[in-house]
Amino acid sequence: MPWLEGVLAVFLKDWRSEFRTRYALNAALLFAVTTLVVVSFAIGAFGISGDLLAAFLWVIILFSSMAGLGQVFIKEVESRTFTALRLVARPSEVWAGKFFFNLVLLLGLEVIIIPLFFILLNPRVGDWSGFLAVLILGSVGLAGATTLIAAIIAQAKGKGALLAGLSYPILIPLLAAATSGTRHLFHGDGGAGQEIQILAAYAVVVIAAAFLLFEFVWSE
Amino acid sequence: MLWQLLLFVWMSLVIVAGFLYAPLAEKLYEMTRIIYFHIPMAWVAVLAFLVSTVFSIRYLMTRSWGDDVRAAISAQLGLLFAVLATASGAIFAKAMWGAFWNWDPRETSIFLLLLIYGAYLTLRSAVEGEDKRARLAAVYNIIAFVTVPFLVFIVPRLYFSLHPGPLLNAQGRLEMHPRMLQVFLASLAGFTVLYFWIFDLSWKVARLKRKQEEAS
Repeated sequence: MPWLEGVLAVFLKDWRSEFRTRYALNAALLFAVTTLVVVSFAIGAFGISGDLLAAFLWVIILFSSMAGLGQVFIKEVESRTFTALRLVARPSEVWAGKFFFNLVLLLGLEVIIIPLFFILLNPRVGDWSGFLAVLILGSVGLAGATTLIAAIIAQAKGKGALLAGLSYPILIPLLAAATSGTRHLFHGDGGAGQEIQILAAYAVVVIAAAFLLFEFVWSE
Repeated sequence: MLWQLLLFVWMSLVIVAGFLYAPLAEKLYEMTRIIYFHIPMAWVAVLAFLVSTVFSIRYLMTRSWGDDVRAAISAQLGLLFAVLATASGAIFAKAMWGAFWNWDPRETSIFLLLLIYGAYLTLRSAVEGEDKRARLAAVYNIIAFVTVPFLVFIVPRLYFSLHPGPLLNAQGRLEMHPRMLQVFLASLAGFTVLYFWIFDLSWKVARLKRKQEEAS
């Protein structure tokens, strides 16, 4: 089977099984929406500066992704399909398929929470293309790092707590760059050009490293 | 035994010289002394993490038990020295700037290293099975190491630094009194040897334990 077909097969398998239960999406979405409402409710009628809004936005995205993105590998262990998948697909196909699935899940989540965020908290954005670039590149890096860590923690004890504990240290540079870029865009002072470059470089490096390292995580 | 004694005398001399022999730097007053202890500890922490990553990469190539154990030993030592460097740095920050912590770029970087290697050791304790633990921990060590350099680019955009400048400034000129430099370099060498000594001791202990387990 050619490589791309294998990737697509893994992706579609996860897609189908996700839409039978919608567990990962529901968990992440519920978390994101409740957090968003809690933040908005806590701020109340007071205006809040763009600095804080940018930080809130990325904290919400980061925490919701922890609620959903770990499932891709945890469910393979829980339903005991880990070994079967190991037999039928090459490691790089599994990683790429799961990565695209997580990326689609994350972007789907953002399609819902970003408009809600704008409705509830009303930040001002001048440069929409810059904002989308920060959002998408940030999501690519986030999905890339989290997918590899999810594969690691699926084989450990105490999976849920471990995912956040292991992912955050790696994601701090990404979080810092994304927050800083979003803050500049919410402020309207200068662009987020430098942050976009950093986010793109981070995504490329993390995905390349994960691609090379995944085989060691996956195969005995 | 001889060189351990030598190291003891060497380090004692460094401590004494740091307080009595070296002159004070401008604007740092008595806080100058921290140069001889804080910087070498931070240096050893970074060195230890580097050694740990190198052994992790080696493990994935050789799959030999010893490489994984040495990666773990070095990570533990790095964590110890990083905690010491962070604590001494925080005391300096309190004396110099009035607050123990203010997310200075260097504080941020060392804090991130603490988090990463704390997570690395937590992961080790959460995986059952020697080979699996070694594999997963090595992968985590490498991916974490790859992301650290990004901080160098992004953090200066977020916070400005009050930290005293690096030893070598942009012109490549050393701005240190010759006597200060002597004590500083002596301390750097002493701490580095100290690290390799503890590393070697832990590695010996690990091998003996292994032998004992195999025998029983």
